[in-house]
Amino acid sequence: MVLQALAFYFFAGIVIASAVMVISARNPVHSVLFLILAFFNSAGLFVLQGAELLAMTLVIVYVGAVAVLFLFVVMMLDINFTELRQGFRDNLHWGIAVGLLLIVELVIFLASWQFSGAIEETVVAKQPPVESGITNAEALGQIIYTKYVYFFQAAGIVLLIAMIGAIVLTLRQREGVKKQNIGAQVNRSVKESVELVDIKPGQGL
Amino acid sequence: MTDYGWPFLWIVGQSLALMIVLLVSLAFLLLADRKIWAAVQLRRGPNVVGAFGLLQSFADFLKFVFKEALIPSSANKAVYLLAPLITFTLAMAAWVVVPVADGWVIADINVGILYLFAISSLGVYGIIMGGWASNSKYPFLGGLRSAAQMVSYEVSIGFVIVTVLLTAGTLNLSGIVRAQEESIWYFIPHFPMFVVFFISALAETNRPPFDLPEAESELVAGYQVEYSSTPYLLFMIGEYLNIVLMCAMTTILFLGGWLPPLDVAPFNWLPGQFWFAFKVIAIFFMFAMVKAMVPRYRYDQLMRLGWKVFLPLSLAWVVITAAVLQYFDLAR
Repeated sequence: MVLQALAFYFFAGIVIASAVMVISARNPVHSVLFLILAFFNSAGLFVLQGAELLAMTLVIVYVGAVAVLFLFVVMMLDINFTELRQGFRDNLHWGIAVGLLLIVELVIFLASWQFSGAIEETVVAKQPPVESGITNAEALGQIIYTKYVYFFQAAGIVLLIAMIGAIVLTLRQREGVKKQNIGAQVNRSVKESVELVDIKPGQGL
Repeated sequence: MTDYGWPFLWIVGQSLALMIVLLVSLAFLLLADRKIWAAVQLRRGPNVVGAFGLLQSFADFLKFVFKEALIPSSANKAVYLLAPLITFTLAMAAWVVVPVADGWVIADINVGILYLFAISSLGVYGIIMGGWASNSKYPFLGGLRSAAQMVSYEVSIGFVIVTVLLTAGTLNLSGIVRAQEESIWYFIPHFPMFVVFFISALAETNRPPFDLPEAESELVAGYQVEYSSTPYLLFMIGEYLNIVLMCAMTTILFLGGWLPPLDVAPFNWLPGQFWFAFKVIAIFFMFAMVKAMVPRYRYDQLMRLGWKVFLPLSLAWVVITAAVLQYFDLAR
């Protein structure tokens, strides 16, 4: 148990430290790299909890795909750091005001929060699926694809619509762009594209 | 000490043994790659150091290690030095879940195949960080190219893995091989996916014909331009380790891992380790032949192949596999 606790504090410490670095690093690329470190160590925390499927999904989806695109975009941004810092002081009092407002709202909200009695049975007392004999890949599969399959389908449709929306927004046909049309290339025949001409010396076509 | 100490030392010992075996075999695989390439082009290849040039990789290793490591003055030093380390460490880390024979695996985890997929998808960071931190045009372009390329081909690799998982009914790599022992090697029922996986593996590891990130005719050497000596060596070893890892993944997912081709007398005398290594080397030979024979793809063709050919094909194959398994009640 000592080792688990040590591992927990190790991962949790790195997550918090790198999360702080995400917002305090001067260079946005460093911020994204620290974000990746935070994701990676959160995956370590999941593994400690016995949720290895969630850990791997986190690494594959967030670190392997989403953060790569983040990094991709941030690297190509042309940011002038001195210009960025000039506005900092002018807007500082507004920033502090908004931050204070959010903290006050959070305190009011959390102070009135009450846990229902059912939480003891559902969250605290529930055994992790590993100990009941099935792996947590199977347990998650049963919950998502069997028990809540309609919600899963609904979420899928929403995402599909969002994807179509994004494609429609960015799709535009530009004039004068030379594009390879594979279908047209494959369908070309010798007859319509090549013509043999017998040219006599001294004459043109 | 008894609870944690001995298992810890045991794992460290196993990992060290794995590292040494991997790096030494990698030295010879690298030589094999160059020799095959040379043979296709009617050259001799490296033939000076040792008999038939067998020690060439070790000579190269010494040469790289004893050179001076140059860091460009405008480079982002920490990220610049971190990038090759990440590439190398990740390429090594992936190997802990690879079962070399029945029971011969350091970490036999439940989600082994997802772990492999996750680690191989992280490989892009070494390249993109190296490209950015060099603070120079060619490396940056190489890094961007490789990021787009690896993310694109990961999608089809993911779906190919899903078809195998559906058929095997387990995420454990040893379990996948055992499932093939009881039924049939998966390259027979999933032959189109075997081909898709092979080509995607070429793209994922930046091998020719998909070596756009380091296309020497346009980008000099892509993300590696500014690297020299040991950092470059780490990139190189990481890249080749990833290639061998992809060969091992193909072996486990489609070619029955450590299983002999037929479970009869002359074949099953040989141990599983031999068959595993044999299959990995056979796939590596195919990788080397592709490198020698196929011209480089154009970038838009590469993207088209990934998104418009492989993605729909592998997605359709997932649906077909699931339907067949469900309809004929074959799901395990």
